[in-house]
Amino acid sequence: MSARKILSRRETLLRLVAGAGVLSLGGCDIGESPVALDILDKAEALTKAAQRALLAPREALAREYSRADVSPMFKPNGSTEPDDPDYLNAADDHFATWRLKVGGLVETPLELSLADLRAMPQRTQITRHDCVEGWSCIGEWGGVPLKAVLDQAKLKPEAKFIAFFCADDLEQTLDGTGRYYETHDLVDAFHPQTILAYDLNSAPLAIEHGAPLRLRVERQLGYKMAKYVMRIEAIESFAALGRGKGGFWEDRGYEWYAGI
Amino acid sequence: MSDTSTQPPTRLVRRHTPLVRICHWINAVAFVLLAMSGMQIFNAHPALNFGQRTDFDHPGFQLRAIQQDGKIVKGETSLLGVSFNTTGVLGASKGADGALEANGFPHLVTMPAVQDLATGRRWHFFFAWILLFNGLVYVGNLFARRRWGEFVPSRADLRSLPHIFVEHVKLRFPHGEAALRYNVLQKLAYLSVIVAFPVLILAGLTMSPGVDAAFPWLQDLFGGRQSARSIHFILAAYLVFFLVVHLAMVALSGPINNLRGMITGRYKIVEDRP
Repeated sequence: MSARKILSRRETLLRLVAGAGVLSLGGCDIGESPVALDILDKAEALTKAAQRALLAPREALAREYSRADVSPMFKPNGSTEPDDPDYLNAADDHFATWRLKVGGLVETPLELSLADLRAMPQRTQITRHDCVEGWSCIGEWGGVPLKAVLDQAKLKPEAKFIAFFCADDLEQTLDGTGRYYETHDLVDAFHPQTILAYDLNSAPLAIEHGAPLRLRVERQLGYKMAKYVMRIEAIESFAALGRGKGGFWEDRGYEWYAGI
Repeated sequence: MSDTSTQPPTRLVRRHTPLVRICHWINAVAFVLLAMSGMQIFNAHPALNFGQRTDFDHPGFQLRAIQQDGKIVKGETSLLGVSFNTTGVLGASKGADGALEANGFPHLVTMPAVQDLATGRRWHFFFAWILLFNGLVYVGNLFARRRWGEFVPSRADLRSLPHIFVEHVKLRFPHGEAALRYNVLQKLAYLSVIVAFPVLILAGLTMSPGVDAAFPWLQDLFGGRQSARSIHFILAAYLVFFLVVHLAMVALSGPINNLRGMITGRYKIVEDRP
């Protein structure tokens, strides 16, 4: 084989590589094409169904760790200092007058203070927090099982999802869709490890971790675990909330069922 | 110069079954897109360590951008405490506006090109399903037709390893009938890929908090979620390395004939001289 032939082959290869790059960079990122994304979406239902099938029995617990496994630093992520004036006022007096509102499709709407929540059944669990970005931190969470709160409020039969409304705007928008919220179905809402946490590592939750109350749903990724929970509502559908996908990050393209 | 009468006769033989050819090309497309979307996902936290939890201060491997006066000036790759300047390629590379951006892997090789974790995940999980189903068909066929032996080296194969290795380094490849069965290097390379894929898939699943709750033993098998993430990455890097060598070998040992073999199934061999 002549040297010229080798050279031209290498040149062709380089052109091919460069061509592929131009395809994806030159203003027409095929990775973002709506047609492609519509097709890709077809797999999400399969992914969710497979996860739910794997998680039968539904009570399968996430692993719990020992104190020795706890991360020296639990990484705060997402919002770390909400700027909502009502929230800042509540934080100023250590949430003494703050109340968690529980409403929507319930028989008995509730308003619970932190003292009320601390007087309810308590659960402590040392679990691994898995962020969608790929990192993990282990922390000891103390809180009230969500089931205890929902049982007290008594869900109406139409209730299919539980929505969590938060105090933080993770994105500044004009229509208010930048406000954090999350939804879970009843399987996860009533799971024994699903708690409204008020403690992290035996100390009251710091503001950067979602004070006064943060949701823990241990079999899903971190973005499903809303921080700064102000209000809980039992709902039939989340189509009317935010942009209709069931959560702040779901409205921005992430999966509603975040088990993987 | 030789005239036609002294040219050895050639003939076309059936080399690969239609099912193997279809599986090969589906796998090729799915793997490339999985690698590209995998790099997109990696860029959201471009660091690796072993264990259950992330060690933010001492990653074993990291791609990072170095800032100076609020501007990104340098890309750095560190591996086991040793750092390399990889500006423009790893850690920091040029964005659409030509300025250096903090990108673990550059836009050129990620899917989608722009930094977009949500969309990268959609690409990744879609093609993960395709890779899985395609792999099951391929391996199922391998067992059903008892073709496993094609990839498992015999004792004689292993004894020929040094010789075949030297021949490959000299770019002298088997021809004639010998080209119709895999030599020991090919067997070992293809076998490693057939084994690597299931391990890679299991390591990927171990990153899922849901799968970990369903099968807690997976975390113990890999030594924790961050270990699983590292092993997933290392195996993917190995498969990319395999792909590069594979393409080089295809190109060096008669690309047209090799491609025809994998597209139409017909492979040309030169008759051995008597």
